[in-house]
Amino acid sequence: MSTAYQIVVCGSVVPDPLQTLEPVNGPSGPALKNEMMLPAILDPWAAHALYEAAHLAQTAPGSKVWLVSLGPKAKLQQVLMTIAQKVLFEFIALDGPASGFTDAAEVAALLAESIQAIPGLDRSKLLLFGGWESASRGAGATLQMVGERLGIADQFQGVDELKANPDGTLEILERIEGGRQQVSSCAGPPALLGWATGRLPEPRNNPHVGMINMRTVMPGLQKAKPVKLSGNGLTFAEVSLPKKLRETRIVKDKPPEDIAREIADWIRAYSNARSR
Amino acid sequence: MTLMETILFLAHTEADGSLAKPALEALAAAKTLARALADAKLAAGLVGGQVQPAADQIARSGAARFLAVAGADFAQSRYASDAAAIEALCKASQATLIIAPATSRWNRVAPGAAQRLGGAVDTHVAGIAVAGGAVSVNRWYYRQRLEAVLRRAQRPWFIVVDPGGQAPYEGATAAAPVEMIPVNLPESCKRTSVTGLRQPAPDAQTIRPGADLLFVAGAGWTKKQADGQLHVKEAEKLILDCLRLTRASLGGSKSLVDLGSEGQAVLGFLTHLNQIGQTGSTPRHPKGLAACCHGEEPHTVGWRFVNERRAINLDPNCGWARGKADVLYVADAFRVIAKVNELLAQSGNSGDV
Repeated sequence: MSTAYQIVVCGSVVPDPLQTLEPVNGPSGPALKNEMMLPAILDPWAAHALYEAAHLAQTAPGSKVWLVSLGPKAKLQQVLMTIAQKVLFEFIALDGPASGFTDAAEVAALLAESIQAIPGLDRSKLLLFGGWESASRGAGATLQMVGERLGIADQFQGVDELKANPDGTLEILERIEGGRQQVSSCAGPPALLGWATGRLPEPRNNPHVGMINMRTVMPGLQKAKPVKLSGNGLTFAEVSLPKKLRETRIVKDKPPEDIAREIADWIRAYSNARSR
Repeated sequence: MTLMETILFLAHTEADGSLAKPALEALAAAKTLARALADAKLAAGLVGGQVQPAADQIARSGAARFLAVAGADFAQSRYASDAAAIEALCKASQATLIIAPATSRWNRVAPGAAQRLGGAVDTHVAGIAVAGGAVSVNRWYYRQRLEAVLRRAQRPWFIVVDPGGQAPYEGATAAAPVEMIPVNLPESCKRTSVTGLRQPAPDAQTIRPGADLLFVAGAGWTKKQADGQLHVKEAEKLILDCLRLTRASLGGSKSLVDLGSEGQAVLGFLTHLNQIGQTGSTPRHPKGLAACCHGEEPHTVGWRFVNERRAINLDPNCGWARGKADVLYVADAFRVIAKVNELLAQSGNSGDV
């Protein structure tokens, strides 16, 4: 008998990675220049988590997926127009900053509160998903703090694969050092999984899925609770772009043999220096 | 008034009870911090199946106390037992600043432990500084595209230090007195067990965090070459030969890794684990050689922490290299790497370069 899961995915919006980013000082601390004008996408690793959640829900009848997002309502709406066409989920929004400069603990407190308020949430079926790091703060910290607040002691990060066994146990593959992966067996939900890339490609847009999702996305956005973050004692002394631009020596019109010799000498030079 | 800080160097041991290089680098950071702060106390907190070898390894580090949670329950890299151990060590040491290495094990658990202790956490820390008695850390935001210096008033403050940023601690081994902190792990913390590791065969391993050279392969390797044909098998052989001869670590651009899901020709040995950049890793290596890589700033963050960088590309204006690399060779990577391999083979290269 397969287990029905309640899968809650935490994930928000980030600026499209192809955009130029420039820091500015805002009234409440550092921010990105023209942040609200930058095109946004769903955080890449959170998107993988969402696709994995939807895939798992499809294979376990009776399962349901929620997407919980903290971000500016306008940005969430923009991104959801696309994401909502990919997989089925119910949307829960918090209207607040999605900036990387917010404090993970504060964000975690708000997300945990929203998850606890989901009607009919059953901890014995709960799988909490998200990206293992965001493309904004990139700390890999928020999800664990949400898990702590929800009392989830079985947590996994850098997850590439989840296998739900017929006996209810979960087999989880996590990335560790040196290109290796750790295999763990967990007794079952509740569990928390911070996803890395996973195994699934990005689903194609499906207008039918979009139509179904819009029944909860639009009300979710309308009901989005406005939230403010205080900073939690975090002070930014400086935020800057990396200044160093290298003087690149361009080598052209040289035979491949000469270039190869230069590269081989350069490669060998380090080992010679180290062995002296 | 400046707070008198108690610094806890927090590490997990390896299977043989020793400390790995990232832990020794974090210890060096903790020692430097302790020296910079007036009246700061330094303690060591160890977690693992066995801890005495590690304690002896750092006996002369200046730590005033060596606290440990040890035993079979703590040998595994498991969130629930690690969080319980860290909680006990932090309480026993009354630590205000916790310096830990950014290993996969500690990255998984440190934020949760900070939450449990009512503290704060900063991960992927690239540097720690002290000015006027105040501690600040620097770390990157937006996938290594913006750098920030920040301070926190909240304690305890977990500072998880990325490896490769500084020289590891070195000191003579001696017998260290270890204070064992008892932790009775409830059954609820044993719902997960580590059942194994998956790793490529030694001759197929292409990710080597300790390598001196990072070889970055771009999508150009799988595109049509000057003769209008694909040469993917040849590209695979050239790259694998280069990795074998240099013992380099292999990084791949997202576009190259993603080609498989788009039904295009791929390098068979390249996986998402090799991916560097915006949605991959940003490894630290002394040298980096990129071949057939394209793209502007967002894509180049993959080698931001590589010290010396060279690139081979047919395009002299390639955004991946211009202003990012020290040298850009405008040439056919197939021909150049073939010759490089030949030269390295002649000189008998077979180990870390």
